[in-house]
Amino acid sequence: MFVFTKKAKLFAMTLTLVGLVMMVIGFNTSGHEAESHDAHATEMHATETHAEHAEEAHVAHAEEAHDEAMDAPHAEEAEAAHAEHGAEAHGEEAHADGHGGHEDHGAANRPWSAFLVNTIFFLGIGIGTLFFLAIQYAAQAGWSAGILRVMESVALFVGIPLLGMLFLAITGNMDMHHIWHWMQDGIMDETSPNYDAIIAGKEGYLNDTFFTLRTVAYLVIWAGAAFLLRRNSLKEDALPEGQTMFFTQRKLAATFIVLYAVTSSTSAWDWIMSIDTHWFSTLFGWYTFAGMFVTALTVLNVLVMYLRVNNYLPWVNDNHQHDLGKFMFAFSVFWTYLWFSQYMLIWYSNIPEETPYYLARFGEYKTLFITMLVLNFIMPVLVLMSRDSKRIMGFILMAAVFVLAGHWMDHYIMIMPGSVGYHYGFGWVEIGGFLFYAGLLLYVVQRNLAAAPLRMKNHALIHESKLFHQ
Amino acid sequence: MAHTEHTPVVRALYLDDDVVLDAVKDLRGKGIKVKEVYSPFPIHGLDKAMGLKETRIAMAAFMYGLIGLTVAILITSYMMNLDWPQNIGGKPSMTWGKNMPAFVPIMFELTVFFAAHLMVWTFMIINKLYPGAAPQNPDPRTTDHHFMIEVAAGEGVLDALKATGAIEIAEA
Repeated sequence: MFVFTKKAKLFAMTLTLVGLVMMVIGFNTSGHEAESHDAHATEMHATETHAEHAEEAHVAHAEEAHDEAMDAPHAEEAEAAHAEHGAEAHGEEAHADGHGGHEDHGAANRPWSAFLVNTIFFLGIGIGTLFFLAIQYAAQAGWSAGILRVMESVALFVGIPLLGMLFLAITGNMDMHHIWHWMQDGIMDETSPNYDAIIAGKEGYLNDTFFTLRTVAYLVIWAGAAFLLRRNSLKEDALPEGQTMFFTQRKLAATFIVLYAVTSSTSAWDWIMSIDTHWFSTLFGWYTFAGMFVTALTVLNVLVMYLRVNNYLPWVNDNHQHDLGKFMFAFSVFWTYLWFSQYMLIWYSNIPEETPYYLARFGEYKTLFITMLVLNFIMPVLVLMSRDSKRIMGFILMAAVFVLAGHWMDHYIMIMPGSVGYHYGFGWVEIGGFLFYAGLLLYVVQRNLAAAPLRMKNHALIHESKLFHQ
Repeated sequence: MAHTEHTPVVRALYLDDDVVLDAVKDLRGKGIKVKEVYSPFPIHGLDKAMGLKETRIAMAAFMYGLIGLTVAILITSYMMNLDWPQNIGGKPSMTWGKNMPAFVPIMFELTVFFAAHLMVWTFMIINKLYPGAAPQNPDPRTTDHHFMIEVAAGEGVLDALKATGAIEIAEA
């Protein structure tokens, strides 16, 4: 039985409080910073990215003359880098002055965006684990029965970042921030200077009411599934020996997986892809899911290792740990596969509707972008490829640090360019938000671990799990 | 590998894989050298019970993968940039580095191809299973429903084999 010590409780609560204080400081200082930064930054940025993209465009179009056709992608690129969505790029009327809305909000958005990055990152830990838990039941997996309680403890955390998302959605609707460009006033109003025909065309899906409703739906479905799976699992413990609720759980898990298949994609569109409102990618949902899943598997692997080292899971052996390591390795590669599939098709087809997304990320965010790829692909592959390394604690921990840092950066790069443009940074809000959620995660997980025996009494496959070997 | 050595051996047949696993542990516990086990299917845990050396095929596979990657880089740069420069996706940059994303699928496939094929061939050659190799199975029944343990002949070996539940014992 896991014990949630006073010290651990204090540590978790301190983390949360420190994170909260740092966020408050961040929210209060971000405005000033922006003003001093704004004037010349815009100018410098304009010339810099212009030159860079011009060069790229030249390469792409080789020796061809600077004809009219060049201007369209050109404007589009500059637009993306500035995240300003100038209507002139689409050959409509020029709204040069009226349409700078998003860019002006960049600095003000920063603390909110940083909070969104951390919310999505920790949401991934919760929802990824919940999905993994559901798979174990749906696939009737035997090997994992001994660590289902650990998964349940992490999966139950999913509600907290979802509440964070709801908070962000509502404050967005109240115009307190403009992380989501389409929430801007008048952007779907033809008479307004902010009008954007492309965004207005998406009104049926991207509108305040439906957006909030969807966020609530995700909260209900995901947190509800976590709650029900946990409740049944605890109920099962109370049954007479030999009776199990396996098939109830399996039906529940299968239902959740079907719902999650849809909501994983739509939530990624809502919360992340709609930041770059003009842009779209058909496999964005999967891409986001892969990142979340590998984050969750990494956290689970480290958590199981921690519990084993402290002798809470005597029935879990190196082979279970090895399998978790394999999942970590496999889904790092899976994430890379999806990242590359998305990137290569856009690079190859080279059309102005799609390329701005990557031009922004290869411009201002280049270093982060490359570092993120190295951390998320090359490092896990090199560290975790060999069989033995998946059984050695040091290697797993090293890979875990790379993967977690890498996927935090990945979410950062997905969210920041579209919402704050070049006003990005790493300071009070980013670190504060991380500590805030990390403290909450530690608190919730340890509380749940301590709330029930770590070994399920009546699980149908618990014996198989104990005998698991290679 | 039995054919390369000419020391006398004793062969015992069994009907069940669990019995074989226990028998191997039992025999090795008594200090009898288990030379080989023949089975119609892989038996989990047998390699550990027999005390086999850890395979080095993983390292070989890694090397083969690197060879495949190198070959992929060489052929794409030769075919697409040197021998007959190609305009890829409307981006006639003509250098390998700038066209690299287009070559990633080839690099991936050839890495896998080389690693997988060469690994299989390495495995077959090391275990003398290449086409035309003399069959090493002393008893065709072990390809169907029997299991065989081959031990070095010696004093007390016959009794020990009988005690493990062998259904048939032959000296060769």
